[in-house]
Amino acid sequence: MQLDQDQNWEKRMADIETKISSTPLIVEEPGLNTTQPQRKWKTGGIPLAFVLVLGLLGLLAWGLKKAQAGPVDSGLAPDFSLTGFDGRTVTLSELRGQVVIINFWASWCPPCREEAAYLEQTWRKYKDRGVVFIGVDYVDTDKEALAYIQEFDITYINGPDIGTRISQAYNIKGVPETFYVDKKGQLRGVHIGPLKAPELDQKIEELLAEPDPGN
Amino acid sequence: MISEIGLIALSIAFLFSVYGTIGSAYGGLRNRPAWVESSRNASLLVFPLLSLSVLVVVYNLYVLDLSQAYVADVASRAMSTFLRVTALWGGQQGSILFWAWIMSGFVAIVLLRKWERDRELIPYVIAVSMLTTTFFVGVVVFITNPFARLWHVPGAADLTTSVFQPINAMPYIPEDGQGLNPLLRHFGMIGHPPTTYIGFTGFVIPFAFAMAALITGKSQEDEWIRTSRRWTLVAWIFLTIGLILGGRWAYDVLGWGGFWGWDPVENAMFMPWLTGTAFLHSVMMTEKRGMLKRWNMVLIILTYALTVFGTFITRTGVISSVHAFSKSALGPAFFIFIGLTFIGSLSLLFSRWDALKTEHQLESFFSREAAFVLQNMLFLAITFAVFWGTVFPLLSELFTGTKITVGPPYFQKVTGPLFFALVLLMGIAPLFAWRKQAAHSLGRAMLLPLAASLGITAIWGYSHRMHPAPIFGLWLVSFVLLTILTEFWKGVRARMQGRGENLFLALSRLIGRNHRRYGGYVIHLGVVMIALGVIGDAYFKQETQGTLTAGQSLTVAGYSLRFEGLNSYPGTDGREVIEADTTLFQNGQAVRQLKPRRDFFIVQEQPVTVPAVYATAGTDVYILLLGWQDDGRSATFKIYINSLINWVWAGGVIMMLGTLVAAWPPRDGQKETTYQLRPQVFGPQPSTGD
Amino acid sequence: MKRKLLFILAFVLAASLLTVMIVNAQDGQPRIPTDDEVNAVAKKLYCPVCPNTPLDVCETQACKDWRAQIRDQLAAGWSEQQILDYFVQQYGERVLGEPQRSGFTSMVWVLPLIAVLSGIVIVWQVLRSWRLKRAEQVSSEISTPNSSDRISKELQALVEKELQKFD
Repeated sequence: MQLDQDQNWEKRMADIETKISSTPLIVEEPGLNTTQPQRKWKTGGIPLAFVLVLGLLGLLAWGLKKAQAGPVDSGLAPDFSLTGFDGRTVTLSELRGQVVIINFWASWCPPCREEAAYLEQTWRKYKDRGVVFIGVDYVDTDKEALAYIQEFDITYINGPDIGTRISQAYNIKGVPETFYVDKKGQLRGVHIGPLKAPELDQKIEELLAEPDPGN
Repeated sequence: MISEIGLIALSIAFLFSVYGTIGSAYGGLRNRPAWVESSRNASLLVFPLLSLSVLVVVYNLYVLDLSQAYVADVASRAMSTFLRVTALWGGQQGSILFWAWIMSGFVAIVLLRKWERDRELIPYVIAVSMLTTTFFVGVVVFITNPFARLWHVPGAADLTTSVFQPINAMPYIPEDGQGLNPLLRHFGMIGHPPTTYIGFTGFVIPFAFAMAALITGKSQEDEWIRTSRRWTLVAWIFLTIGLILGGRWAYDVLGWGGFWGWDPVENAMFMPWLTGTAFLHSVMMTEKRGMLKRWNMVLIILTYALTVFGTFITRTGVISSVHAFSKSALGPAFFIFIGLTFIGSLSLLFSRWDALKTEHQLESFFSREAAFVLQNMLFLAITFAVFWGTVFPLLSELFTGTKITVGPPYFQKVTGPLFFALVLLMGIAPLFAWRKQAAHSLGRAMLLPLAASLGITAIWGYSHRMHPAPIFGLWLVSFVLLTILTEFWKGVRARMQGRGENLFLALSRLIGRNHRRYGGYVIHLGVVMIALGVIGDAYFKQETQGTLTAGQSLTVAGYSLRFEGLNSYPGTDGREVIEADTTLFQNGQAVRQLKPRRDFFIVQEQPVTVPAVYATAGTDVYILLLGWQDDGRSATFKIYINSLINWVWAGGVIMMLGTLVAAWPPRDGQKETTYQLRPQVFGPQPSTGD
Repeated sequence: MKRKLLFILAFVLAASLLTVMIVNAQDGQPRIPTDDEVNAVAKKLYCPVCPNTPLDVCETQACKDWRAQIRDQLAAGWSEQQILDYFVQQYGERVLGEPQRSGFTSMVWVLPLIAVLSGIVIVWQVLRSWRLKRAEQVSSEISTPNSSDRISKELQALVEKELQKFD
């Protein structure tokens, strides 16, 4: 009896085992493909990250160059139009054939006062010899600027730099700065800080001595 | 003579740094322990050598050796000894030397302590950290040398600064030094650079470990995470202190009644703090549940990259800021350094990306894990907003040619709501359990604080009708404060009832048994206090300005300031002081005699406005003397009523205390376990990459 | 006669006083703007020269001149917006503390918003994928009795049937 039962048991177990192995054990979950989106992230994400970092580095490099660059002192002088406090207008590109002295100043700038008289004096000396003086007033108030002009009896054209466009074009780092433009419209240097006699006279003589450009 | 010693020590330190970098990298790659050993020794020696250099500079400042260009730049006869000595970090050259010195110190600590435990990682830890040290020491040696002297070269208009004598030049020794910028002569500014530098440089070590883990492929193991966490905590607390000292300095000295201006240099310090805080939290997830290993790597790299970025924009003036260091040839060198750092770490990270994969399992969205992930996202969002606002002016100028200013209104509007969400999460998340939080138990835990805070806010809001935004802020502060206190109370009460301990014993034992958790709660408490101060600064500030003759008063918000008269006298440190006698009245009662003044530093030709402050727990009455008539008959004053400002400083102190508690080493017998909850991994184990 | 003159004089005086008061009341703005009024406008502007310094706290001569200009403009009856526009026109966009919401500058506002939104989406996706992975792991267990609810109904029925045979 015992043996029969055991044999039966064995057969039973074997039966069950076959049935189990042929029966689906678990419910099939709908395909959870968690690897696919990750691969997409990876192949998309890495180049993007590099592009962003390189972009940032490029931006910083540009910013660094700009921060360390001084005022523009060579090449074609950036063109601009200036409307003076007295209403007259002047455009740089129309002054070809003449030597142009561009002086950036402000009424709140003490060193500018040091050179104001010298500038006006030099202007009066050279104004009939083909030299033009332009005074660009950098971020100033009209009231103070006019008071300044009156104080030093300045007669050459002075006007506010609307929107600081001219200052940015010449990349000035402060005031006063004086730019020298020759007869061909090329920048021939910049003087940072107040001018002292006879620096300006010498520079003007040098530029005047150059031949006139042909038309 | 002495300076020569300093210069020689500096130069040898540079050579040793170079050797340490190359030798350890070679030794690691070619598996040559002898090279690693000797590189380690060389790297260890850098610290004592730099210490010698630092001592020499300090000595030069102490004796006011004016033949040294650096001394002539930052010191002057009128400065006290203390100020002269701390001017070590007052100028560019000294501060970079100081930075390099601290960094070499940290490397020395790691090499002495970790030598035996992390054998495989050490070669690359040395290589990466010494590469950074080499850079900074190199900058000191070749670009901004504190041992340079002043020379007069015939024909040149200005003096030349150089270590070695130019041809035909004569040494120039000035009569007196320039002296430290008067604005910097304040305890906050004395303490701010050292703490900030310790904070910044502290992140090099976890970064080096992370890089080493990536290089060796051992990034699955926990050792680098555990080391990183401790170092990050130290770096983080110093960065926190540095931020608060900087804010305090701005408040006391700059005279605009505020402490944070969202200036690019300030943001540069704030961003690594944000990602560092995110890291401190996400590493908890790794320790408890083994999750977020890859993300931790990203955070550490990001934090270090931001510190490097921060120091770059501070010292090179790429983005215009009021914190101007003098510009020099530093720019290109720093640029190469950050370029290498960014690209190098990014490449390394991506090359090992797959190996960093870990199995993540989340049982419920309603769990502490989910809260941590959300918190990290918020921190990163804030960091991005701050970063974007900081670099945008540069971007705008590049693409449109117009310069713009991205000022506080932008930062406040964009980060304000995000900070609100973050602080709210800070209050709620500790109530969440790991794995799965049952909604009803969360509701129970939140009920009392929520009800009480709503009640308080309603009462307060009713009695002070105003703009809704600060009411939300005040609700947030009271709610989070109550949730934190409730957490303490629950623990204390359990001990009192269960073990019969009295209140104080229960509290101290409670904290003692679980430093990190309750230390963390104390830090959160500090954050809530700072939040209160920030809300006061943003919404409840009042001000007025006016010109008064003697006997006249200026009134604002219940306070009245009466001008009595002007005095003038010579002060310490080479300054002329003009001081106003005033009496402050509150609701008709005289409360204080205050003397706002303006100091004029003769040598530097620089004025400094020193406010007079009447400080109480709730408010600072902050008075500035703006101007006066020369005959002393009338003066112009500005009064700021800074509500709740002192909660910012108090909160900072609490944060420091909390960090001390959290960082306190566990008592003997208490094992510091890495996993307190084992992650249930059923399937095949994740393979460690190689 | 004198009394009449006195009355007329008093009347004229009173009338002119009244007129002045009425005129003043109609003015809407005091003759000289207070410092606070100037500062309220200056607060919204930044010093065109010094970096990142608000105009109401800047102590340089230039800033003093600009605040004086604001005072004059307020006294002349300009509105705050007119003064701000004037400053932008004269000195460039950098005098505004808050970037404008138009043109290229709008990007400064837009991108953080996109970042936060994408952040929320990413968090959602990440958490969801972790949650699904957990479900996947749980379902791949075969031996523990806890996962009985995952065993197929067929097998369950089979086991039940076999167990019944043993009763």
